[in-house]
Amino acid sequence: MSKPASSVSQGTGVLGEPDAGERRDLSAPRLPRARAIGERVWDFASQGLIFGVLLALIAFFSILLPNQFPTAFNVRSMGISASVIALLAMGQTFVIIGGGIDLSVGAVLVFSGVVSAKVMAAIGPDAPLPMLIVAGGGVALLTGAAWGLLNGALVVRTRIPDLIVTLGTMGIALGLAQVLTNGVDVSVPLSLTNQLGNGNAIGGLPWLVVIALVTAVIMQVTLSATRFGRHTFAVGSNREAGRRVGVKVDAHRAKLYMISGTLAGFGGFLSLALYTNTTIAAHSTDNLVAIAAVIIGGTSLFGGMGSVFRSLAGVLVPVVLQNGFVIMGLRPFWQPVAIGIVLLLAVYVDGRRRAAG
Amino acid sequence: MAAPVSRAGTNGEPHTPGAGGRSTAPPQPPVVEAVGVWKSFGRVEVLRGVNIAVGPGEIVALVGDNGAGKSTLLKILSGVESLDAGEIRVDGRAVEIRTAADAHAAGLETVYQDLALAPHLDVSANLFLGRETVLPGLLGRLGFLDNKEMRRAASDDLQVLGLRVREGLATSRVVDLSGGQQQAVAVARALTWGRRLLILDEPTAALGVRETAFVLDAVLKARDERGLSVLLVTHDLPSALRVADRVVVLRLGRESASFEARRVSVEQLVGTITGVFDGRSSAGAPEADEAVL
Repeated sequence: MSKPASSVSQGTGVLGEPDAGERRDLSAPRLPRARAIGERVWDFASQGLIFGVLLALIAFFSILLPNQFPTAFNVRSMGISASVIALLAMGQTFVIIGGGIDLSVGAVLVFSGVVSAKVMAAIGPDAPLPMLIVAGGGVALLTGAAWGLLNGALVVRTRIPDLIVTLGTMGIALGLAQVLTNGVDVSVPLSLTNQLGNGNAIGGLPWLVVIALVTAVIMQVTLSATRFGRHTFAVGSNREAGRRVGVKVDAHRAKLYMISGTLAGFGGFLSLALYTNTTIAAHSTDNLVAIAAVIIGGTSLFGGMGSVFRSLAGVLVPVVLQNGFVIMGLRPFWQPVAIGIVLLLAVYVDGRRRAAG
Repeated sequence: MAAPVSRAGTNGEPHTPGAGGRSTAPPQPPVVEAVGVWKSFGRVEVLRGVNIAVGPGEIVALVGDNGAGKSTLLKILSGVESLDAGEIRVDGRAVEIRTAADAHAAGLETVYQDLALAPHLDVSANLFLGRETVLPGLLGRLGFLDNKEMRRAASDDLQVLGLRVREGLATSRVVDLSGGQQQAVAVARALTWGRRLLILDEPTAALGVRETAFVLDAVLKARDERGLSVLLVTHDLPSALRVADRVVVLRLGRESASFEARRVSVEQLVGTITGVFDGRSSAGAPEADEAVL
């Protein structure tokens, strides 16, 4: 093992480079009070920023388009269209906090959807819905997990950078999905679409939104309250530190890719339910949309910081923007322009936060 | 890993320091012993049959020039590198230390020169990293953390080190601390978990005068209050002489001399480190070149 690459060298307090500011009294281990408060306010503001932006956008469009934007139908359709990407963004949040990245999620979603659709076709379109859900959903989850395992194994066992590993598996998964289908989309039983994809759980609340929210709560609690979550932050913050205290760093990183793959598989199944078929060609930018959502939500691209709920807000900001633009009659070409600007702002804020501490 | 972690040692419980106190050689079987350890990287033989022993309650300073093999020996003791030949004995029994976990299990805790803290985590999370306290019952079995308990224990640990604990230190992120404070956290972590031997790698490098004094004080506390033995790897000879019972000089991958700390001067050590004269001969060497420091 060569010299550890990383140490406590981001931000202030580099032990090897003491400056005047660091020669503070050890028995009073505290920042100057004013600076500490300033940093906390900035920290709090930048962490809550994305929710503020989201609320401001919703308020803006609601006032501008009171009859079209804040309607039950419109809110419902926004929620449904956000839910599949939200699953991808949650898995991506774990991977990015752990210091990695997963470009393969969109392709894994498509591949898992294809396998799931084929399994459901084999069972027969008239099979009872619970059976279709258990078989189709189970297969999609397992397929996604397998791709995640492959990503994780390649990232920790080979010296191939994660960006390249997942770029490679992205191509492989998408190509194989087309090989399996000859490029022709496979349809799924109508009952799945009617009851799950467009169906409501309670009142007007769609199943897809409920599923995404429940998953988000589970993922957020895992991240912030469990040992697994603690190790996820540690692995992204300083891998060597984790290794030295006995955290199984490589196994943990592989698990993060498995989480991402499994959620992509889940997304693949829900996508079938929503769009009635495998929509192979429609997910080519899902990975970038998910990564952008995570970054917009304030998860640091360098690892060690982040939150699932903020990623959720990061998913919703582009959805609300796009929806508002469409209703306003603005040409849809403006949407990526707006998202690009939001993304740059988010990374700028992240950089400032890092510089502050 | 599922069971709640029980921490080594009770806070503040005074241990009797090993009977050794200040003597030249370990009087009892050593707590930790490296016997005939060889290690090469490629064709470079870094360690060539090193023998070193640390007795109970003994503070041993390991000094030597760059490339003498100090850090390699340290890495072997902490499970980062594995040895080619020879063995490590703990309480007289040979143990295999292949991973950091093996070293911890043997009761050896290391404070690394580059700290190895997770900057984005708070002090309490760092103190407990890899050995988190979980909630009792089913939630604990699911891996839910008992942050309250960890923060309380972290405050206690910092207090033992003489850090006047202001509210909030345990919840400050490490990245917000000064270099000396970070070092204090790293020492506190090793002190908390070490059961036999505390290994410190250049703990005072780049520290100010006050911070150096603090760390040396912590080393003495590790021995006096926790009953730990200490292996101090350092270039800082005055500091080594201040706290150590014994100073072992490593030269060209072998131990070349062992001195009782109060009977040796910095000049003599420098001479031995650079090979100007052999430490075993009693003839003084006034020509020893201090400029090496």
